[in-house]
Amino acid sequence: MANISKPRVETGRELIIEIASVFKIYDLGSTQVRALNGVDLNIYKNDYLAIMGPSGSGKSTLMNLLGCLDTPSTGRYFFKGHNVAEMDDDELAHIRNREIGFVFQSFNLLPRATALRNVELPLVYAGMSGHERTEKARQACERVGLADRSHHKPNELSGGQRQRVAIARALVNNPAIILADEPTGNLDTKTGEEIMALFENLYLQGHTIILVTHEEDIARHAHRLVRLRDGKIESDAMITK
Amino acid sequence: MRLFISELIESIRIALEQLRAHKMRAGLTTLGVVIGIVAVTLMGVAINGINIGFQNSMNMLGSDIFYVEKQSWVGEDEWWQIKDRPDIKADYAEQLNTIFANTTDSTLALAVPSLQRGGNVKYEGNEVNRVWITGTTDKYVLTNTASYTEGRFFTEAEVNSSAMVCIIGFDVAKELFPGISPIGKKVRIRKATFEIIGVFARQGSFLGLFSFDNQAVVPITAMAKISSRHWGAEVRVKKQPWASMDEARDELTGAMRRVRGLMPGIEDDFAINETKSFEEELGPIKSGIAIAGIFITGLSLFVGAIGIMNITFVSVKERTREIGTRRALGARKRSILMQFLVEAVSVCMLGGVIGLCLTLAIKFGLAYVVPNFPLEMSPFLIFIAILVAMFTGVVSGFAPALTAARLDPATALRHE
Repeated sequence: MANISKPRVETGRELIIEIASVFKIYDLGSTQVRALNGVDLNIYKNDYLAIMGPSGSGKSTLMNLLGCLDTPSTGRYFFKGHNVAEMDDDELAHIRNREIGFVFQSFNLLPRATALRNVELPLVYAGMSGHERTEKARQACERVGLADRSHHKPNELSGGQRQRVAIARALVNNPAIILADEPTGNLDTKTGEEIMALFENLYLQGHTIILVTHEEDIARHAHRLVRLRDGKIESDAMITK
Repeated sequence: MRLFISELIESIRIALEQLRAHKMRAGLTTLGVVIGIVAVTLMGVAINGINIGFQNSMNMLGSDIFYVEKQSWVGEDEWWQIKDRPDIKADYAEQLNTIFANTTDSTLALAVPSLQRGGNVKYEGNEVNRVWITGTTDKYVLTNTASYTEGRFFTEAEVNSSAMVCIIGFDVAKELFPGISPIGKKVRIRKATFEIIGVFARQGSFLGLFSFDNQAVVPITAMAKISSRHWGAEVRVKKQPWASMDEARDELTGAMRRVRGLMPGIEDDFAINETKSFEEELGPIKSGIAIAGIFITGLSLFVGAIGIMNITFVSVKERTREIGTRRALGARKRSILMQFLVEAVSVCMLGGVIGLCLTLAIKFGLAYVVPNFPLEMSPFLIFIAILVAMFTGVVSGFAPALTAARLDPATALRHE
């Protein structure tokens, strides 16, 4: 157990996310729910961390904040030096589009679009022209080993292949972080291991990966483990392998 | 701008995919819009057709010609005013021409008499019934825009010598002389034999009531030999090109009063007709069609818009998680708003296109069943129909699209 209340501070590596004294309070009429109750967390370039915690620990809330889907009630949240807490909706959309690659438990692919077009989607919202878009999406498909399946629709792909499409989609804009929420939750163990191998590969290529999970086995794949309980960080430590 | 175009293209693409995926649903939803568009375009088609048909008919009469007759075309005189009026006589034309010639700067160019009655035209075994027979002078051509498929009109000499010659209408020629030239053939009109010297080109019918192609024109002098009583007599008066209709009409009224010998203070006992009086009659008919059409259109578009609003709300609900995903991938609120607006507009446009096709089908169907019914489609109408459909889409899609855009991305992502 390294630090409990102070964030890990490293020197020499680029700081991507800086969270300090963050509270997220939901007002439910008579009661207030402190989903995040003073969180400090620094994430550096090429970190591979897993966030674990029982349900109700504030795991989802933290993930929403990290993914810029939501803003903190109070506290500091800087993403690459930009103050996320003060961003408006369009700026949040912009940062999600350029800096964050989402991978979801249930893949969240568009059912009627081909794999390639699913991968292109973030580029559409980045305003990239058609030709360039297709080329970048094709490259992303190749990186996850799906080049030959890129013209299939999600219902023609296996679960593992679908998650690869989702990972290609997360990679396509070359984001600062990849944020994966229970990426193996809908997959069998063997396929899950394959997906985790893919994440390890991306980590070795220099990507920054945040893994949100409640499975110890999956969390062991990461290199840093953050445990959350009752809206606070319980522990934050490197995983020795 | 580039972002907007890229998102717009994406929105159209999604909308088309949705239409393909929910064909039945889209089809049923568009029904209201289809009916609305059919109503608005059919109304336009009818009004257009009436305008064009009317204009054609008016051109047959000539917009610079007065018709001096016993009674007014549009029936503004009561029957008891008309019954004691003296008949119009053919020799009024000559008297009028003399008056015009003696008036300095007369606004009127010339007067041409014409007598009408019905009769059969026979050639060998064939016969055409109820042909409209006109007796007139060689000046008739100056008051008429008709051209000839072959032959010519008769000359002054032929009128003076009561030559038994005639010019026949297009349908009469087609009926009596299928495949051969009628020129030089002898036909019997009532009790006398006439030589055909000309055939009028097709002119069509007048307001769908009376066909100019079913007529025969003979010299007024020859007319006397086949008929002593006429259905009608009129004097056609052509104005000078530089004169206005109103001043020419005033001069003609004065000239006719002189011919009739009316003392001041006595009312006119004749009518001077012109195409304008028809136009005044037509106005209320057109506005009647327009009011009925706009009412039906408004009602069905209202129902259609509610249907589309409803189905777009359903679509937003069904695709909440997709909306969340798109927001997570960087779609802004306005991207989502546009996506659902485009979707609603696409459904309406589909309805518009179906409606336009239906209208065209109805138009061709009607043209086949009742050929004389005037209908006319115009590019302007197509433009209006598309615009109306688009407007309906924007109005009905706005509320659901706004709901979609305002969804919280994190909540939408977790929606089951």
